[in-house]
Amino acid sequence: MKRVGVLSLQGDVGEHVSMLEALGSEVVKVRTVEQLNSVDGLVLPGGESTTIAHLLGTSGLKDVLGAKLEQGLPVFGTCAGLILLSTVVLDGRSDQWSYGALSLSVRRNGYGRQIASFESTLDVKGLGGVPGVFIRAPRIESYGDDVEVLATLDHGDGTGEHPVFVRQDRVWGASFHPELTGDARLHELFLNSL
Amino acid sequence: MTSSTNPSVTGSALVKRGLADMLRGGVIMDVVNPEQAKIAEDAGAVAVMALERVPADIRRDGGVARMSDPLMIQEIQAAVTIPVMAKARIGHFAEAQILQALDVDYIDESEVLTPADEENHIDKWPFTVPFVCGATNLGEALRRISEGACLIRSKGEAGTGNVVEAVRHLRTINAQMRRLHSADANELYALAKDLQAPLALVQEVALAGKLPVPLFCAGGISTPADASLVLQLGAEAVFVGSGIFKSEDPARMAQAIVEATTHFEDPSVVAKVSTGLGSAMKGWETATLEQRLAERGW
Repeated sequence: MKRVGVLSLQGDVGEHVSMLEALGSEVVKVRTVEQLNSVDGLVLPGGESTTIAHLLGTSGLKDVLGAKLEQGLPVFGTCAGLILLSTVVLDGRSDQWSYGALSLSVRRNGYGRQIASFESTLDVKGLGGVPGVFIRAPRIESYGDDVEVLATLDHGDGTGEHPVFVRQDRVWGASFHPELTGDARLHELFLNSL
Repeated sequence: MTSSTNPSVTGSALVKRGLADMLRGGVIMDVVNPEQAKIAEDAGAVAVMALERVPADIRRDGGVARMSDPLMIQEIQAAVTIPVMAKARIGHFAEAQILQALDVDYIDESEVLTPADEENHIDKWPFTVPFVCGATNLGEALRRISEGACLIRSKGEAGTGNVVEAVRHLRTINAQMRRLHSADANELYALAKDLQAPLALVQEVALAGKLPVPLFCAGGISTPADASLVLQLGAEAVFVGSGIFKSEDPARMAQAIVEATTHFEDPSVVAKVSTGLGSAMKGWETATLEQRLAERGW
């Protein structure tokens, strides 16, 4: 059985853990380098990207995870996790860094502050309708040729469709929170890719 | 793959509770100006609470404590990228309407401010912005949830730097939840009556063994050890009010509490971040307090 880690520095770790366990995985909460070294894949949860980035630095995980991403560790990031995996972060802190594992440019809080947070139904390639919960969500503004777009959203604000669920080789990213719903199919896709 | 304009819903319970889920494992810090907000964000805060005076100063100065000046809230919103919360007085729905119009990310209907209504809390369901409310016991928590609160924080005693009341309230809420969880279905009606809480919520807690919304801790947390203590007692995140900016070295204290909150189960990390921190806020012995803020709200 594959061991899947959930980065457990801050955020909605519990929801990811329950979902992955319900799918039959052995789940490890990752707070240390040793724990990170023990997993076959890693989920970066939702939370505050500035906080998680800060804690990656202080915990010594930042560079180790960076090296593992380069070596092809499968990773799935939701919301804050997507931001951390992106290449360019717009409207972030001036010192905001990210791993660049997904060739994306994302705008933090690109759909607005909390009052603008929303639920919508997404049409995911190969799966059909999947519930999407967007909480102060990042918006994917542009993406490279190597990114496979698996779902888009037209938020009706005149800017057209933006990707909301993407994959680039072994790295997956969603700007929303599948873990907050009862629908585990995106996690299942990720597990099947391990 | 097809896509047209996707219909969407804002302000649903899932969306409102969702932000509280994202704050789990984090530290929400009271700040009174953009400079403090930047220090908080730099230290890894998950959100800031914008207010004019920290509770320790409200306690010292007396007078009526109200919602903050919108200008101050806007300056703080402009200074940081993390969520910005603000406080409204208990029952003061007009202050809450103003805070929603200001696009704050969370409203704290807070006993730290002077209550505006001695019987009624705000009906929080019609709002798009989510609310956090304090509670000293499970009945109070469930009454707030029935009014639409999306997040509960144990009250503690704000502005004292003394964690004793926070511990009391957390232990009380947890013990009462355990009692419900182990109760026979026949007992829940009488337990709901004792708790003065809606039966449906009592049944939900009895089944799940936990609140239907996240439970955070506030009131008196002023060291990394305090944060570790309340997380081990079951809090999912902490609010730190006066404890940071009334300490000797706020930036270091803020960082240390953030790290202790993440690594609360690892005493070696909490020991490391506690080392050479300088003095914590001076604090108050709660037994000698003239005014207990936790008694506000009902």
